[in-house]
Amino acid sequence: MKLEDYELRGTALRSSDIKKGKVLSTSWEPDLKYAWDNGVAIGRYLAELKAGQIIGRACHKCRRIMIPPRMFCELCFRPTDEWIPLEDTGTVNTFSIVHVNWDASRRKKGEPPLIPAVIEIDGASKGMGIMHMLSEVDPKDVKIGMKVKAVWKSEEEREGAITDILYFKPARAKAGKRRKQ
Amino acid sequence: MTNRVAIVGIGTTGFRPVTPDVSFRELIFEAARKAYTDAGLEPSEIDGFITAAEDFVEGYSIADEYCPDQIGAVLKPTQTIPGDFIQALATGYMMIMTGAFKTVAIEAHSKASNIKNVDELTGFAFDPVYNRPLRESPHAIAGLEMMRYMFETCTSADQCASVVVKNKFNAMHNPYAAFGSDIETIDVLNSEPVSLPIHRLDIAQHADGAVVAVLAAEDVALSLTDIPIWIEGLGWCTDTPTLEMRDWGEAVYAAYSAEMAYRMAGITNPAADIDFAEICDEYSYKELQHMEALKLCMPGEAGHFVETGVTDISGELPINVSGGALGVGHLFEASGAHKILELVEQLRGEAGMRQIPDVEVGLAQTWRGVPTATGAVAILSNF
Amino acid sequence: MGYRKVAIVGAGMTKFVRRAQETGKELSWQAAKMALDSCELTLDQVDCVTLGTAPDAFDGVHMKGEYLADGAGAWRKPYMRHYVGGGTGVFSPIHGWFHIASGMADIVLVVAEEKMSSCHPHPQGAFITIFDHTTEQPLKPNLIWIFALEMNRYMQTYGLSKKDIALVSVKNKKNAIDHPAAQVAEEITVDDVLNSETLAWPVNRLDISPASDGAAAIVLVSERVARRLTDKPVWIDGVGFSIDTAYWATRDLSYPNYVETAARMAYDMAGITEPSKQIHVAEPYDPFDYKELHHMEGLMLCPRGKAAQLTADGVTQRDGNMPICPSGGALGVGNPIAATGLMKVIEIFLQLRGDAGKRQVPGNPTCGLAQAWGDLMQMGTVVVMRS
Ligand SMILES: [Zn+2]
Repeated sequence: MKLEDYELRGTALRSSDIKKGKVLSTSWEPDLKYAWDNGVAIGRYLAELKAGQIIGRACHKCRRIMIPPRMFCELCFRPTDEWIPLEDTGTVNTFSIVHVNWDASRRKKGEPPLIPAVIEIDGASKGMGIMHMLSEVDPKDVKIGMKVKAVWKSEEEREGAITDILYFKPARAKAGKRRKQ
Repeated sequence: MTNRVAIVGIGTTGFRPVTPDVSFRELIFEAARKAYTDAGLEPSEIDGFITAAEDFVEGYSIADEYCPDQIGAVLKPTQTIPGDFIQALATGYMMIMTGAFKTVAIEAHSKASNIKNVDELTGFAFDPVYNRPLRESPHAIAGLEMMRYMFETCTSADQCASVVVKNKFNAMHNPYAAFGSDIETIDVLNSEPVSLPIHRLDIAQHADGAVVAVLAAEDVALSLTDIPIWIEGLGWCTDTPTLEMRDWGEAVYAAYSAEMAYRMAGITNPAADIDFAEICDEYSYKELQHMEALKLCMPGEAGHFVETGVTDISGELPINVSGGALGVGHLFEASGAHKILELVEQLRGEAGMRQIPDVEVGLAQTWRGVPTATGAVAILSNF
Repeated sequence: MGYRKVAIVGAGMTKFVRRAQETGKELSWQAAKMALDSCELTLDQVDCVTLGTAPDAFDGVHMKGEYLADGAGAWRKPYMRHYVGGGTGVFSPIHGWFHIASGMADIVLVVAEEKMSSCHPHPQGAFITIFDHTTEQPLKPNLIWIFALEMNRYMQTYGLSKKDIALVSVKNKKNAIDHPAAQVAEEITVDDVLNSETLAWPVNRLDISPASDGAAAIVLVSERVARRLTDKPVWIDGVGFSIDTAYWATRDLSYPNYVETAARMAYDMAGITEPSKQIHVAEPYDPFDYKELHHMEGLMLCPRGKAAQLTADGVTQRDGNMPICPSGGALGVGNPIAATGLMKVIEIFLQLRGDAGKRQVPGNPTCGLAQAWGDLMQMGTVVVMRS
């Protein structure tokens, strides 16, 4: 058989066909609501964020310190052992400079691009990162391997969410000075 | 070459109306850890993994992403079957029968309590063009079917209510069950009308929980356990999804899937060959309608059976000794899982207070709920 | 190998379009009907039906597999849906293989469907809920972000430029000109890719495949049936699949381990020891141009970090030594997720039969593979086929 020997089906429409009513359509906005149980590990993670602390969890068998924390080690398949407070600093593993919002709409004129990044958190095992945002930095200056530090919401504003960290910014102070000496 | 496949390990959290203390991951880990220990295997020794899950029940657009960690399946051959646990069981069975896999673990769970408007969710499964604009309650569809079933088989509302009474009573003896109670048929008939002839107590309530089962090829099974629970028959079938074309009185999907499973198991007289059954009772009448489709009794006979105690735990053909969905809870994709769990415990002789003596062959049957016409059947034995 | 042999004997597909007038059911039916016609079978001869389709959020129907059942030809048949995110389309023949290699069935209809246009205002919006609901969704991520993050890490690790990667998009969109189902086939230049709108640096608009509607289907049969139906069966000789951890931000993003694990499983089964020599033509998944390179490396068709060089040298062109995505891939033919994976399987089926027309790669290939990838950049599916 060859595809070319068949009249392939499928009728392409333009948006205007629908807008002008040439083709009728039915619309539906689902109203689904969920409230997820955070459980033990993420529950504690969020409580610690509210307190201004990033916390990880250690598995004594494979010796990994994991973030986000989990009550079981997915590799050793046994319960994890210990809570480990981590630094609120880290290293940029990778980043992007983003001009689209979550719903595919474009950033408005004058709005700066977003800079999501994977940040390897200091104190966790090598390669253990979380996704978060970078700010207070010119997009041109962001580099893989850059040291960054969390910028927190004020204590009163924090609610126990990943957004209690507003974003990460370059950790210039210490690292910069050391390099000059 | 493998000839048979057995269940060699099973684990569960049990089922509760809510589980606020654990995340879905932590819930599943508990069941998986128990199942692997029961089987005497570590997940690193298991060749393949299956999760039975649906996106919108999980609340994720690609729920498959979140399946590996809590079942120990990182960098392992792993797949999601958006269907009932028994369909996933059939896939696991086929995987082993190919010869490419010796062991397969199957997981299903429910975090129903995290879905805040289940009826809206079920409504979202309706045909978007033909049915959804009518904004019917999902229970209305069941009401239509119950009405037609009762009409065709001369089954009474009282007989349907007897199913609720029996199953909730059975559930009191099942430590896993969430909704055991001692009620009377009049309580069912006096509960508020939802979509007549359906009353509130005719409907199974949702529960949370997880089940993991481990399957193994014959040679591995025999090396792992003294009581492998053999998969003798499997069948699954989808009747039309179009509501308007359906046979409203009969559960055709159940009849076809049973036929397939009986053929595979070599069963010619189901009523005599099956010792006990766990049958989908998401609505009270469904247990009766399914019994008839499964040929466990003649059409129109099921109501009489339940009324006269034939399907009680001490009867000739015990049905839903676990408490069924009415007593244990409706578990979405894990609905078939609690039935398989019950079969395994009964066939191993580990069912405690609700143990049926001397059982050798059990049947589990599920239906995927409104608005589907999909179901599956599994037949297990201990010899 | 000791496995019951399974052959592909028929194939069908719809055109891939941005917005189809047909419903998902109708698209499924069109592809399924063509597949059955192509091998002169009728629906009543089919033992089982299996369906691959990705997120329910696209079509906007909960339990989408149930909804699509009649369109897929499943009425009153044993019917099941399988689902591994974007890897689904290449998992479809694997699920079909289970049915036949196990002895459960002799003839299986395998259908893959996606109707992304139902999701408004844009299917990308449905993707926010692929992220962890507690630790990631509050940051309001877009799907493209994670690919941009992965692409950046890949470029940095191997010192690749956007130019190196854009060559893939140029090649595939050009290849697609010869594909009768193609949605976005065109002749473009590297500069066109680099100058197209920057969505999430390093990802530009022309680095990405489009959103599409479409369906594809194949017929799988046992050896006995295959011999009766055709003198050109294509055998499924190896299947592999693997999923990595959902904690994606804790992984090495520069290399797709999950593809390598899946490939090793399929190669073992097919007796392939030197993939770069033994595989004559390949259809790795290319929803983003860098992904084709990433996947070639995961499939061990070339050493890590070297796929871009092969592309620049023309080795992956249709007339090169290792033709990659001769169909035009997701970048050129279009990307109705699950249907794309099965389209790739169909392309290898046609290539190995010598039926690919203008797209035919030279040298009478006898061994090819299709691969797809999905979820949070964590799922790999691989099928090895021989004529
Ligand atoms: Zn560990």
